[in-house]
Amino acid sequence: MEPLLHILLKPDNVPIVLMVPLFAGILLHWWRAARRHDRLLVEGGEAAVRRELDGPLPEGTPEPKLHTWPYLLRVELIAALATVVVLLVWSITLDAPLEQLADPTRTPNPSKAPWYFLGLQELLVYFDPWVAGVALPLLIIAGLCLIPYLDVNPAGSGFHSWRGRRFAVSVFLFGFVGLWLGLILVGTFCRGPGWNWFWPWEPWDRARAVELATRDWPALFGVSPGPGASLLGGATVLGWYGLGLVGWRLLRHRPALQRLGGSRYAVVAFLLLTMLAVPVKMALRLGFSVKYVWTTPWFNL
Amino acid sequence: MSDAPPPSTREGPPPGLVKEVVRSALRVENVDTPRNRVLAVAHTVWLHLHPTKVPRYSVRFSFTWGAGGISFLLFLVTVVTGVVLMFVYRPTPEHAWLDVKRLDFDVPFGMLNRNMHRWAAHAMVIVVWVHLLRVFLTGSYKAPRQFNWVVGVGLLTLTMLLSFTGYLLPWDQLSMWAVTVGTNMAAAAPVIGHEGPFAAPGLSATNDVRALLLGGPTVGSAALLRFYILHCVALPMALGLGCIVHFWRVRRDGGISGPGTSGPKGAP
Ligand code: HEM
Repeated sequence: MEPLLHILLKPDNVPIVLMVPLFAGILLHWWRAARRHDRLLVEGGEAAVRRELDGPLPEGTPEPKLHTWPYLLRVELIAALATVVVLLVWSITLDAPLEQLADPTRTPNPSKAPWYFLGLQELLVYFDPWVAGVALPLLIIAGLCLIPYLDVNPAGSGFHSWRGRRFAVSVFLFGFVGLWLGLILVGTFCRGPGWNWFWPWEPWDRARAVELATRDWPALFGVSPGPGASLLGGATVLGWYGLGLVGWRLLRHRPALQRLGGSRYAVVAFLLLTMLAVPVKMALRLGFSVKYVWTTPWFNL
Repeated sequence: MSDAPPPSTREGPPPGLVKEVVRSALRVENVDTPRNRVLAVAHTVWLHLHPTKVPRYSVRFSFTWGAGGISFLLFLVTVVTGVVLMFVYRPTPEHAWLDVKRLDFDVPFGMLNRNMHRWAAHAMVIVVWVHLLRVFLTGSYKAPRQFNWVVGVGLLTLTMLLSFTGYLLPWDQLSMWAVTVGTNMAAAAPVIGHEGPFAAPGLSATNDVRALLLGGPTVGSAALLRFYILHCVALPMALGLGCIVHFWRVRRDGGISGPGTSGPKGAP
């Protein structure tokens, strides 16, 4: 248990420890509100949801709207005071760390990025740095920016809901909670010296074998490294993105895809397949010791 | 709420001294009438970001979890505590670490101030994520608010960059190696990083994009100065400007989203 306590109590890890119940609570609240609103939607449309969220009119208020002062500003004031109190207590009880003076000749092992980037650092196990550290972060930012332009479904705007937007919500929660937050937890709690996997209750054994023997994807089919392997790898990657075309053939008559249109569909399929490639590659690596799917003289994937 | 002359310019003998000072500062009499409730918001620069009236659902804490507002508050806390840190801290390898030690042990309230700065920054990262999650879950990025979501993603990126640049400044083992790990990625960027695929000819550790970021091939004194300036000047200004755009857009897009309010709308 000692390593676990050590990780939990490291001052810079406290935010992660706070984050878990926070996000769990928020998701629970979302789920309950979404179920309630979905029921109300069936009964009376958005007006019914609005009535429920609005609640009864406070006494002596003749209009449907509320004065910002005092009704909104007092909520803001209380939230601000509560935030400052939490921050003060946190700052009085826990000191910011300051380790030894920076020393370029002594590399700590493991050397970890700040916790909010640990998901990306974890990806370095499965991808080359240009993918994990450059391509994927840029795609995450671009993909986030595109969400409002790709999700053209007008349902569920302005309140918690699930029914009308199952696909969008599932994809987002999978990426944000499953991958982004999940990999941060893995990087924080399960990675030790040499970036080897240590369960949180295992002591960090520094002598542990560093590198497992790895092979490439074509080797699983008996193709040895060389042009043949390059071709097979390239075909695999092409085939993976080709699934987007198959999806279009099969589903294009659905109203949701009609609405989406070809160009939006292409971008959605590309981003979705790229996101799904991350857990697939992780599984290949962890289950079959596959290092690269596609090797070329210029880059490896 | 037309522009009636402020009370102090009215006819008759002036009111008592204290009353006059209060009136001239607030421009609103402390009498609870519907009109004064409106004026209290509209006549104050700090509050005029708000509409004078809001729909009832939007004052429910559980609708927004206050996350956008709390993100902004935490940003303000880091600005105030950060300015105090700057009075002590010097961004050179000789001074930086010792200055932080001085803050911890010598400067009155130095440790508390540094703690507030660091924990507010960490909390801000989390709360911005919470805000993003709630805006997604309430579908609040849908028309007409698409672009404000994009502005939000910009703010998210700036928040992460601010945290990352600040991480280097204590100049201890933790900060130097975390930043080394992080910036090594830049060396692997395709075309513009010397270790990346398709690296441009002639590129080396001393002239690629990581060298631009660090002012040299490794995390040294030039990197410390660059990160300091980004952290204390460039990024906070960008974030501040971004917040102005973000808040303006919240108002112009028709205020906080709610059920039955989607579709193009003018100002509230
Ligand atoms: C420094 C970071 C940020 C600050 C200070 C901030 C602040 C705010 C505030 C005060 C509001 C008013 C409603 C509320 O409190 O929820 C708001 C609304 C909004 N924010 Fe942010 N925000 C930030 C980052 C983001 C991010 C990362 C996104 C999304 C990617 C985003 C998208 C939006 C949208 C779409 C609205 C309108 C929501 C609605 O109408 O219901 N913001 N923001």
